[in-house]
Amino acid sequence: MSAGLMIYNVLCLAVPFSVALLLAALGENFNQRAGVFNLGCDGIMCMGAFLGFMVPFSLKATPWAAYGNLLGIGAALAVGAAMGVVFALVTVTFRASQGIAGIGLQMLGWGLAGTLFRHFVGGVTGVEGMAAIAIPGLSKIPFLGGVLFNHNALTYTALLLVPACWFLLYKTPWGLKVRAVGTHPRAADTMGIHVDRIRYQALMLGGAMAGLAGAYLSLCQAKMFSDDLVAGRGFIAVALVYFGRWSPLGILGGALLFSIAQSFQLSMQVWGIKFPYEFAVMLPYVLVIVVLALARKARQLGPTDLGKPYNREMRF
Amino acid sequence: MTPSLEPISELKLEGITKRFPGVLACDGISLQVRRGEVLALVGENGAGKTTLMNIIMGLYRPDSGTIHVNGEEVHFHSPGDAYARGIGMVHQHFMLVPNMTVAENLALGLKELHHFMNLDIKGAAKRIREVSERYELPVNPDAYIWQLSVGEQQRVELVKTLCLGARLLILDEPTSALTPQETDDLIVRLQRMASELAIIFISHKLNEVKALSDRVSILRHGAVVFNGQTANHEPSELAALMTGHDVVLPRNEGSGIQGEPLLSVQNLCVRGDRGNLVLDGLSLELRAGEVLGMAGVSGNGQREFADALAGLRPVESGQILFGGKDLANRTPREIIHAGMGYVPEDRQTEGIVPSFSVKDNLILKDFAEPRFSKMAFLRKKEIDSNAEVLKERFDIRCPSTSTATGSLSGGNIQKVILAREISRGPKALVAVYPTRGIDMGAQEFIHEQLLARRREGIGILLISEELEEVMNLSDRIAVIYKGKILKVLPAVEATRERLGILMAGLADPDSPGDAQAEVPAGAAHE
Repeated sequence: MSAGLMIYNVLCLAVPFSVALLLAALGENFNQRAGVFNLGCDGIMCMGAFLGFMVPFSLKATPWAAYGNLLGIGAALAVGAAMGVVFALVTVTFRASQGIAGIGLQMLGWGLAGTLFRHFVGGVTGVEGMAAIAIPGLSKIPFLGGVLFNHNALTYTALLLVPACWFLLYKTPWGLKVRAVGTHPRAADTMGIHVDRIRYQALMLGGAMAGLAGAYLSLCQAKMFSDDLVAGRGFIAVALVYFGRWSPLGILGGALLFSIAQSFQLSMQVWGIKFPYEFAVMLPYVLVIVVLALARKARQLGPTDLGKPYNREMRF
Repeated sequence: MTPSLEPISELKLEGITKRFPGVLACDGISLQVRRGEVLALVGENGAGKTTLMNIIMGLYRPDSGTIHVNGEEVHFHSPGDAYARGIGMVHQHFMLVPNMTVAENLALGLKELHHFMNLDIKGAAKRIREVSERYELPVNPDAYIWQLSVGEQQRVELVKTLCLGARLLILDEPTSALTPQETDDLIVRLQRMASELAIIFISHKLNEVKALSDRVSILRHGAVVFNGQTANHEPSELAALMTGHDVVLPRNEGSGIQGEPLLSVQNLCVRGDRGNLVLDGLSLELRAGEVLGMAGVSGNGQREFADALAGLRPVESGQILFGGKDLANRTPREIIHAGMGYVPEDRQTEGIVPSFSVKDNLILKDFAEPRFSKMAFLRKKEIDSNAEVLKERFDIRCPSTSTATGSLSGGNIQKVILAREISRGPKALVAVYPTRGIDMGAQEFIHEQLLARRREGIGILLISEELEEVMNLSDRIAVIYKGKILKVLPAVEATRERLGILMAGLADPDSPGDAQAEVPAGAAHE
């Protein structure tokens, strides 16, 4: 196999791998920009994955079957937003510690999805999932066509969300408010901005995007559901936000780097290269740790009030 | 512009009362201010000035009392409501988002620039240019806040508040973080603006009050104790009303006895936060039983020098000889044990642990001594009695020694720190801006304490920007400029003008010979 073909194969696999991470991390970025880090992202993805699978699965033999996928995605978005609101209630309104609340939400989502799955479905069952849509014309471009323009609708959506999130964050009034409440909430408050309200909105949006990321895993990637489908991707997504320095483009870079490492290790197994399998699986995770450790500590551009609840009458 | 019903011409407060747990912050306060008038609001730390202003702005809700604008009763639920009626505030700690531009900071509050999926940032920049031209407050709308100096940020705050439509400005200790030059500049600008606005000016500094205000109201323990025309009263009179007794800031009546050299700093080089050499061959000698004042515009290496002395910042090269030992690059613990006392610049974060009680903060440096701990257990009784003794001796005003230190006023926090440092019996004491932002009463007490320690033979290095303070307390004055000591002169030879010229890095008019030799060398290391 030529080196060019190997690279092509790795990249073709890496783009779909990156989608779930990208969606979740872009959503988490809104949370963190608003000053709240949501470790529950992983749990929200579990619930999103479960509903994304469950809805089309139960509509299979009904007249609604044609809309199954769409309704599944809608359900995943809704449950994500709802869990975002629950998290906001705990951390913004009641000012609970964000780290602990996040771990709680993660375990809730993970446990609930698994329990509901076992109760309603049980064994291993697949769904049809979403089919790839080759974009006419563009998909015929040599090399790039296969890498970028021969995927399902959610993949295109995720890639388009990168500039969209950038625009939302830097060019709209809402994005301005989000950045302000995450960096200097008291300043935002003195300018007449409702800090808590903006944090609720950001957590809702972030939750919905994590739900969507989960639905992508069950509907597009695995076309099935199981307890360990999400496999800690929510935590990787949180790490990618730091890695990407709270910028959508940086997050895209991080998600791609991680996915390339992952698809590389899979490809090595496929090619039959003699290499300890466990070590290869470890590779992407090690990469994230190394990159995070070496990342510059310049917080000038990030949300400096990340993780702190805001209390207007707090005196110190 | 925000829909002001009509330009604010009068603000009237009646019987405003606000309680915090354990504190009556405002006790039936009534005030009035009209357009074209500057009302100075003075009072010691913790007198309730800032709380009152936060109530006007709608940040706090009063427990009782009413606010009238143009004779009509109003209820503000957030600062947005206050701005809508033309009331704006410049907070003591700037309310600017550092990672956003000046224009973005303004746009946050200008709702009419918020369109669906579109932020009119150009409109904000235009508004800033208009206002900054009209009031002669130069500001670059595209600069990021973190790139600006403190003085520039202050201007941004003023422009921002005016852009938001404020015609009644509340300025909460606007000069507390400014250099003397920036302060003079601000006072001149405010005087120019006063005719078409109403201004409430909060300050400790009575000379500023005198220069700027038409009327003055004095708050003590949350209540108004005095109202009057500024022109009719002397600063000393106001100081007495503010503290409840006559304030005479003590002076160093130097006996001229020079003690043994105690601390000798030689060719010290230290890097700043950005990696550049901030201290570049600084040499200095402190003797026992003297106050050595270090004067200079902030940012010339004072902070880095203090950090290096306390062991909080690595030393590139040079020596800090103290009691025959080189303390450069030693740990803070070793330096503490060597007998160095330290009153840090940032008392909230470096001087105390804000959430710890007063008594715990008082033993922060000695908790491991046998006096306060036995077999790895803290000796509660000893700690309590130590705190009671120090509370009495240093006049620390707190509900109890178990109160969280961070909830005390600045002056009392500083007394806690000073009590801890002095009661340890140090040989030398480094005090960095010890009275910055502190009221007259506490300032008087702290000055007395420093002079008393001097008489006991402790060497005191006093780093300050307040020329009065340096000149009042010092035996000798060292002027720092760009990381070097430009000149050391006996305090008796120092005048405000001479120090001002030296602090600006210019040649010393009284002895041109030596100064000229040093200035270019200092200026070369930018």
